[in-house]
Amino acid sequence: MAGLMAGFGCYTHAVVRGIPRSLAKEALRISQADVDSTKAQREYDDYVQVLRTTLGLEVVELPADETLPDCVFVEDAAVVCGDTALITRPGAESRRRETEAMKGALKDLNLNIVEMTDENATLDGGDVLFTGREFFVGLSKRTNQRGAEILADAFKDYAVSTVPVLEGLHLKSFCSMGGPGLIVIGSSEPAQKAVKIMQQMSDHRYDKLTVPDDLAANCIYMNLPNKGQVLLHCTGEDYPESVKVFDKFKDHLLIPVSNSEKVKVDGALTCCSVLINKKPNN
Amino acid sequence: MTTESGSDSEAKQQQQREESTEAPKENPKAAEPASSQSQLEQLPAAVGHSTPARKEQETQEEDQESRQSSSSRLSRSPLKGVKSVKIMQCKVTLLDGSDYTLNVEKRVKGHVLFDKVCDHLNLLEKDYFGITYRDVEKQKNWLDPNKDLKKQIRTGPWNFAFNVKFYPPDPAQLTEDITRYYLCLQLRDDVVSGRLPCSFATHTVLGSYTVQSELGDYDPEELGSDYISELRFAPNQTKELEEKVMELHKTYKGMTPAEAEMHFLENAKKLSMYGVDLHHAKDSEGVEIMLGVCASGLLIYRDRLRINRFAWPKILKISYKRTNFYIKIRPGEFEQFESTIGFKLPNHRAAKRLWKVCVEHHTFFRLVCPEVPPKKFITLGSKFRYSGRTQAQTRRASSQIIRPAPFFERSASKRYNMSRSLDGAPITENHETLMKDSDSAARGDIITTVTTEKKAEEEKAEREDARAETTEAAAGTTTPLRQEAKTDSEQTDFAFDGDITATEDTDPPTEMVKHQTNISELKRSFLETDGGVPGLTEWERRLSSSPARSPRTDEPPMIEPLDLQDEEDEEPARDETKLELKATEAAEYLLNCAADSPLADGAPPTGPQGISPSATMDDDVFAAEEKTLESQDDLSEKSVAKLSPGSVREEVSQAITDKRGTLIILKEAEVETEGKEEVEKLLMTKMEALLEDASQVKGSPKKAMASWVSEVARAEESEACRVLPEEMTKTFEQSKPDVAQITLSETAPLAVSTLGWVSSSVTSEKASADLEQKKLVAMEIDAAPEACPHTEGEVVCTKETPVVHTETKTITYESAVSDMNGDADPGVLLSAQTITSETNSTTTTTHITKTVKGGISETRIEKRIVITGDSEIDHDEALAQAIKEAKEQHPDMSVTKVVVHKETEITPEEGED
Repeated sequence: MAGLMAGFGCYTHAVVRGIPRSLAKEALRISQADVDSTKAQREYDDYVQVLRTTLGLEVVELPADETLPDCVFVEDAAVVCGDTALITRPGAESRRRETEAMKGALKDLNLNIVEMTDENATLDGGDVLFTGREFFVGLSKRTNQRGAEILADAFKDYAVSTVPVLEGLHLKSFCSMGGPGLIVIGSSEPAQKAVKIMQQMSDHRYDKLTVPDDLAANCIYMNLPNKGQVLLHCTGEDYPESVKVFDKFKDHLLIPVSNSEKVKVDGALTCCSVLINKKPNN
Repeated sequence: MTTESGSDSEAKQQQQREESTEAPKENPKAAEPASSQSQLEQLPAAVGHSTPARKEQETQEEDQESRQSSSSRLSRSPLKGVKSVKIMQCKVTLLDGSDYTLNVEKRVKGHVLFDKVCDHLNLLEKDYFGITYRDVEKQKNWLDPNKDLKKQIRTGPWNFAFNVKFYPPDPAQLTEDITRYYLCLQLRDDVVSGRLPCSFATHTVLGSYTVQSELGDYDPEELGSDYISELRFAPNQTKELEEKVMELHKTYKGMTPAEAEMHFLENAKKLSMYGVDLHHAKDSEGVEIMLGVCASGLLIYRDRLRINRFAWPKILKISYKRTNFYIKIRPGEFEQFESTIGFKLPNHRAAKRLWKVCVEHHTFFRLVCPEVPPKKFITLGSKFRYSGRTQAQTRRASSQIIRPAPFFERSASKRYNMSRSLDGAPITENHETLMKDSDSAARGDIITTVTTEKKAEEEKAEREDARAETTEAAAGTTTPLRQEAKTDSEQTDFAFDGDITATEDTDPPTEMVKHQTNISELKRSFLETDGGVPGLTEWERRLSSSPARSPRTDEPPMIEPLDLQDEEDEEPARDETKLELKATEAAEYLLNCAADSPLADGAPPTGPQGISPSATMDDDVFAAEEKTLESQDDLSEKSVAKLSPGSVREEVSQAITDKRGTLIILKEAEVETEGKEEVEKLLMTKMEALLEDASQVKGSPKKAMASWVSEVARAEESEACRVLPEEMTKTFEQSKPDVAQITLSETAPLAVSTLGWVSSSVTSEKASADLEQKKLVAMEIDAAPEACPHTEGEVVCTKETPVVHTETKTITYESAVSDMNGDADPGVLLSAQTITSETNSTTTTTHITKTVKGGISETRIEKRIVITGDSEIDHDEALAQAIKEAKEQHPDMSVTKVVVHKETEITPEEGED
């Protein structure tokens, strides 16, 4: 039976992109930090392996582009919901060309492509939180009102509410969905404030799960046919306190994924993939 | 142009005479087309639109203004010869696009027309619908059922449209298929007109169900290959869309029209703009925005983006003045005072229209019953009230519909046809019998399983400028412009959720304001302290202490309901089907919170989602609105609580692990007056008995334990509504109103070291107003702000003075929704009595107070049970039992508050238990 907005967390495909060597030196970052290229590459390989092998997703791997040091963070280049893909206009000038390869890949996956052509609009996918029932778009350094409007236009079924992002790079730098109706949120004041705004703006009810570290609040929830509820989250090495919280999800397949290098260039777990559900309506 | 069928000049003159002599309210000009026209010309052009898109058929309607056809005149024929009765011909555009022409007497009120149309449509669940007309500015207005038609249709022909007024958030809860069918028709129009935006995918899904509903199974031989393009599904319909619709249609073989409509609605209701009535406005900085009125509150949009939302409980008052529309907002988390937000509407009429729509939506979705308009001879503010049934009432009423599912014809709606070829060849379907069977079964479930809707407990109070009202009445004789000048402001207060009614004429006592502030702080503190605190949080404690789960490490993660204060309203309105319809106030709320102690209690065992979605609603769910006594300053009494009995039991049973004393205040609401005393006594006895039993079973008394149960029962009789308070005062003795407070001071005698906390419960019901429960008033003692710091200390605030280790714990379970009436009517205390009974280990004190307020008599029973003992008496069990029994015995009453106060002497060896 056809039904809309069903199957939150159901994915069949993932689009990822290799890490260019230029990432270590040239990728944008909020605070200065040295990135260990080898380690970053290992993290990336592990990540892809989890998606492909552990979870059995169809992984589309785009080749790294040395001229696009941030290209591994594919999430910012596109927002996919249902069978529609919005190709964004990333807020950072240096990242605009990242969308080209992404657009090609999503086209190949037969998604309806909507492009953000308005030159006044900027939007990073990292600022877009889709809860299954609605969108929250962080208005941040990278995303503006116009970008949010275009997103709202692309996904007309859903309410799109804006949330100011006062700290951190993206909205999803301190939150993500941990399940249907469950927002995982960092404990910092801006994060808590943001989550309250989200609840105020929403007709739906959410539970929140607060984790001590903001960055650890970025996790990936999936609901896969053969795996059940899956949660990719931070490792105990990176965030010993936060990981305790995730460890309590007894019914979930918990997969700690190390991200210590990419996080130095503000890359969180969700940043490294665009997840797609090609199996309609389940 | 006014058409008066069967009229002659004589009758006209008589009518005019009547009107001019009848009352100053009458507008003699209204009957005269010529002068009406001239009025029209004087009016400014339309400036705003209340809805972004206009209906096709309504435009047609206007085009046809003076060409009244008399086709399909089904109602009475013109009464020629009866000169005193003037008949007007009305044309009502129905949801399928067809016009229904009927005659009504000129002097009737709006509801007469509405009822006739509903009769014509064979519609019983009519409260979701309404009739619209276009005013002189061509703006769509809702016909007021209680006002004369002729006063509303001042100019032009009597053309109307039948529309959905209140979009049910859960259409599955509608009782009849025919109702859903009409809702579908409305939504199809909403979609096609663009008022309800949706994605391509949604257009195809909705379109495919439309096709299935209208045309039945896919059958290329019968339908041809191009059948789809005769229907409209989207504002911009493409071939691609039609193909996709057809693809889906093919897969629906065997689906009945009713099923298809159900699927249609299940999808449509999820759309973010479902049921949102948009109004153009500007914010204080002149930025163009849209205000959307919907079931849950007021939404603010800028372009397509939602930039703010004010849930009904957050709104204390709505008003308009001239072209401005104002909402007064409950103080936010970091504010101390209410704020008023103003919006600029295109004109005065738009402001008033928006205000009315807000009042109506609020009442329909938030209240259990409409507010009775003030009967006082002088009031400020508008007399306007939504006077129809509320959603809660209409559901109750609908559940009594026993007719067999009516046969109705699903015609291929004309307006969806691009070609005229289908005209006169409506497609009918013959699945009625099938539908009846399959659907009634499904419906049975739906009705008794009460799911989420907005609860409707709070009271709305609206104030009205008597002067303005008079003018408005008199305005019949003036032009609309003049009217505008005179009735340029009205306001409506929503006094609910424990907050004040801040009307302009009656300012709330400062204490109450303080209370409000503190409640918000309290809630904030709850929200803030949780999560961020690394140690044991409320939730962790609760989860870890839940008896059902063993080692703490196995606990699911601490997940909190993400509630803001406005979320209180998410509590579903529950239909109390057992109640008779006439007893409008008899719906009940029962709200209570689970006991909450760091070690021994817990939220219901939950999955990782933290809150187990409760499907525990029993058949008899309680929904009610409370009218408590304003004279009593006991805060607790001003609250309303809601919960299903099922939940109560569950929560109470969780509380059982807490082996300490309990202080319970139960508030039983709204018993029919007859026999209520008996009821109370029975209840009292019962509870005593239970507690005795409990103590006997559990052993001998040991330590200082206190527990009390107080019940408040409130009764009201429909007759009483008309009795003046004074008349009833004589009966009973007076006594202190704040019973609860007495006890509390008693129960906290020698707390040298006090460990106090109050925590809120997590109800098992995900959709329920958890926050309400969080909104605890800790130390009931005086419900004063001082108590609040304690409450905030839900992260256990400890003051150590280690001499005698006494642990005192007070837990208050109450509805967060304080029920202060907007009218701030203190009520008249009729009687109060105190009955005390003692057994070995328990002392039971029962206070019964009776009050009359606003013509409603209310009985409140507060029961205090003090149990002293040195063994572990299972108070909780007793309490659970008592509540359960009470509920079973008195389904008409509800427990609104439970306070558990426990004092334990802690011997060093024992440590804290």
